[in-house]
Amino acid sequence: MELTLWTYEGPPHIGAMRVVTSMRELHYVLHAPQGDTYADLLFTMIERQDQRPPVTYTTFQARDLGGDTAGLVKQTVAEACARFRPQMLLVGESCTAELLQDQAGTLAASMDLGVPVVALELPAYSKKENWGAAETFYQIVRAALSGRAAEAVTAEQGPQSALRRPRANLLGPTVLGFRCRDDVIEITRLMSRLGVDVNVVAPLGATPADLARLPDADFNIDLYPEISRTTCVWLERNFRQPYTRTVPLGVGGTRDFMREVAELAGLDQERILESEIPGASSLAASSSRLPWYSRSVDSTYLTGKRVFIFGDATHAIAAARVARDELGFEVVGLGSYSREFGRELRAAAGLYGLTALITDDYLAVESAIAEAAPELVLGTQMERHIAKRLGIACAVISTPIHVQDVPARYSPVYGFEGANVIFDSWVHPLVMGLEEHLLQMFREDFEFNDRAVPSHLGKGIAAQPSPPEVDSSTAAGNQDASTSLQWAPETEQELRKIPFFVRGKARRNTERFARERGLAMITVETLYDAKAHFGR
Amino acid sequence: MSAAATALPMPSTRPVLRERGQREVFCGLTSIVWLHRKLQDAFFLVVGSRTCAHLVQSAAGVMIFAEPRFGTAILTDRDLAGIADANAELDRVCRDLLARRPDIKALFLVGSCPSEVIKLDLANAAERLNREFYPEVRVLSYSGSGIETTFTQGEDNALRTLVPLLPVDDAPQLLVVGCLADVVEDQFRRLFEALGIPSVHFLPARRARELPPVGKGTRVLAAQPFVGETARALIARGATLLEAPYPLGVEGTKAWFSAAARAFEVSDAHLSACIEPGVTRARRSLERYHPLLAGKRLFFMPDSQLEIPLARFLGEELGMETVEVGTPYLDQQMMACELARLPEAIRISEGQDVEAQLDRVRESAPDIVVCGLGLANPLEAEGITTKWSIELVFSPIQGFEQAADLAELFARPLVRRARLML
Repeated sequence: MELTLWTYEGPPHIGAMRVVTSMRELHYVLHAPQGDTYADLLFTMIERQDQRPPVTYTTFQARDLGGDTAGLVKQTVAEACARFRPQMLLVGESCTAELLQDQAGTLAASMDLGVPVVALELPAYSKKENWGAAETFYQIVRAALSGRAAEAVTAEQGPQSALRRPRANLLGPTVLGFRCRDDVIEITRLMSRLGVDVNVVAPLGATPADLARLPDADFNIDLYPEISRTTCVWLERNFRQPYTRTVPLGVGGTRDFMREVAELAGLDQERILESEIPGASSLAASSSRLPWYSRSVDSTYLTGKRVFIFGDATHAIAAARVARDELGFEVVGLGSYSREFGRELRAAAGLYGLTALITDDYLAVESAIAEAAPELVLGTQMERHIAKRLGIACAVISTPIHVQDVPARYSPVYGFEGANVIFDSWVHPLVMGLEEHLLQMFREDFEFNDRAVPSHLGKGIAAQPSPPEVDSSTAAGNQDASTSLQWAPETEQELRKIPFFVRGKARRNTERFARERGLAMITVETLYDAKAHFGR
Repeated sequence: MSAAATALPMPSTRPVLRERGQREVFCGLTSIVWLHRKLQDAFFLVVGSRTCAHLVQSAAGVMIFAEPRFGTAILTDRDLAGIADANAELDRVCRDLLARRPDIKALFLVGSCPSEVIKLDLANAAERLNREFYPEVRVLSYSGSGIETTFTQGEDNALRTLVPLLPVDDAPQLLVVGCLADVVEDQFRRLFEALGIPSVHFLPARRARELPPVGKGTRVLAAQPFVGETARALIARGATLLEAPYPLGVEGTKAWFSAAARAFEVSDAHLSACIEPGVTRARRSLERYHPLLAGKRLFFMPDSQLEIPLARFLGEELGMETVEVGTPYLDQQMMACELARLPEAIRISEGQDVEAQLDRVRESAPDIVVCGLGLANPLEAEGITTKWSIELVFSPIQGFEQAADLAELFARPLVRRARLML
């Protein structure tokens, strides 16, 4: 039993719903009690879907338990099939139905419905949403390809075929994923520029019949590994389709992705990347504006900004690279709730001299953020709330998402346009360059301090409460270590002259400095000694 | 059933369309979203699955608090292997939780579908934990499971667990049952004081450990239609349930206060004097909604149990025509006064078969459908105007001062539809 206040992922059948709702001509019968239909609102409200998810629930009640819940499954399956006439039917159970052991999937498979039936077994007491999505996608693909012999497919084709352009499948995008809708458009454009045709996009927008065409591609793009890796591995084994390992997030990620695609497609890398030569001074050195924007002098103030990153493994790992290599930030925390990708995360964290935070405990993430005292948090909707409470700037980079993470405008995060979107959405929450200088110069100014109301709002307005100071000595719960330290009153006064958003860091560094030197009293001298010691 | 209960009007004999099939309603766990705000010293611990945690979180929407006063003890494969283990695990989780949250004075263990199916005995667990934690913390248990409860029934079950704990007092007093927004509760309290009712209590109070007394002199006035089990438990403790419609709209609120006034022998003249300013204000504020809503056809999907009283208010006071009023379950005793005022032409459906009901919606082409969040956007996409029902549970809508706010909730989607040139 584990105590959970907030969860990053839903149960595995929610993952199945994401896959099914992403596709067309498919229906899912879920053996589930009253109440489980709450899941519909995730799709209709967060994603603003204009149709109900293609899911029918058995809605069993206590009085059914003594009787024939299996009969209820069969009746629901028959009615759903008659009403929705899907190309393929999925049948599964939510957590409670799993305990009843009605074997809903097997029951449906025995019903002679005239459509392929996929019996989904998603262990609700050990697995979670992303696993459920990956497993469901894999099962659907297997069912769609059940009649197709691997040898027959591969013998007649290959990327070297001179008769046609190379072809790839884009795998993994789903509804309720992060910016999937626009990423697919962006990557499809990129592929077209490279001279590669997109064969099938799935699950998003695909029908079971489309999935039967998956083997017509030369290779697969593993766009969202949390969802599509299992399927990519299976397709590689059974249909000899290699798959990409690079996630096209950020300029570097997109360039590496292009290189990888060129190699898989047997295309000339040099020609493809000639307009993407890093270091070139012309604006045309990249299809993205990020490289120039980041080199422009206004961005100098981004240097060394402390950033804490948490999300699904794919977005978190890729975001860390962009943060350090493309925006010049300092990555001070990297973590994910995707335990399935623990190895990749640990390896990535190692690049930044960090230990990966792999947890789905929201409170652990909150205290890690407080401890790291970052200036920017890149996270999920959960971290957005944490950052808001701690008074730290934040941008959302990963699921779980909320309605504002499904913007009306075109806003991919993959590819070159994605890099532009990232530049804007990660930089705008921060204090701007010249503004920061002014704050430094006039730190005691009556309008600039953290309690002041913006002057254009006039004098009559009460000061807003200041954001809670990020103070490691309390937030990290190590008061014991700091009780021996004392701040002289004039040092406290001096500390207050430091802008509020770096004050926590200054306090933390000074205390560490004093502790390392065995000082009991922190004087103004200690404060500046520490400042000199730690540099910026 | 007690004598007081049988004194109520005969159950209505009007036909009810009883349906079974897919239900698009929340389970009782969802009431935690407002119960934990009302009971400021209580923690609600759902003993369930990741689905339960995800449900409460999704229903709570963006209201993410640092450490909310609700959570889920998620059952894992290990717990399902043996019940003895699950009990020990639950004790451990509760101990950790209470050690971390010394501000918690009442801990509700909330049963869920999985905990009911594996027959995890939460009443027993509460008793066991009380031996350890009472009197510092009172541990209680109730079921919010979807196999036994819908949406607002969770509140009924939570309140019913408090009934055996209420101290005995046979003196004449009024007990108002059902969660109300604080602002509404304060307005009601002022009016009851003005009426001169000697002693007025609310269940729940703002803290779980503040328990109102109950006894032979207690008159129970239900503020919400979904507190039937709690009301019957109070009747079993000697209280009398007052017969009244619910305080929605001018007429409902007036009748509701009149029921209390009659029970405490307040003169009609004094009653009128007390409520007159509220009645006048409310009528005036409703005037501007009449032209917007009169003649508009309504369809209620089942959701919170408020459907029948709302249909009564919108029909009587704003001239709206209800085609069908769906309710998750029909509690004849609690709805007797409401049903008596509801025109016979209105179809009442109990339970749900959502596909069949949506077919009826399309066929009857109403001007506005009151439904849950899972259905609203898909119906809007079909060109049907909707009103989210959950807002009716989360907003202060009871009483004279809120009558116009309630009307506004129904007018706004129609006004918006008319404004947009899209």
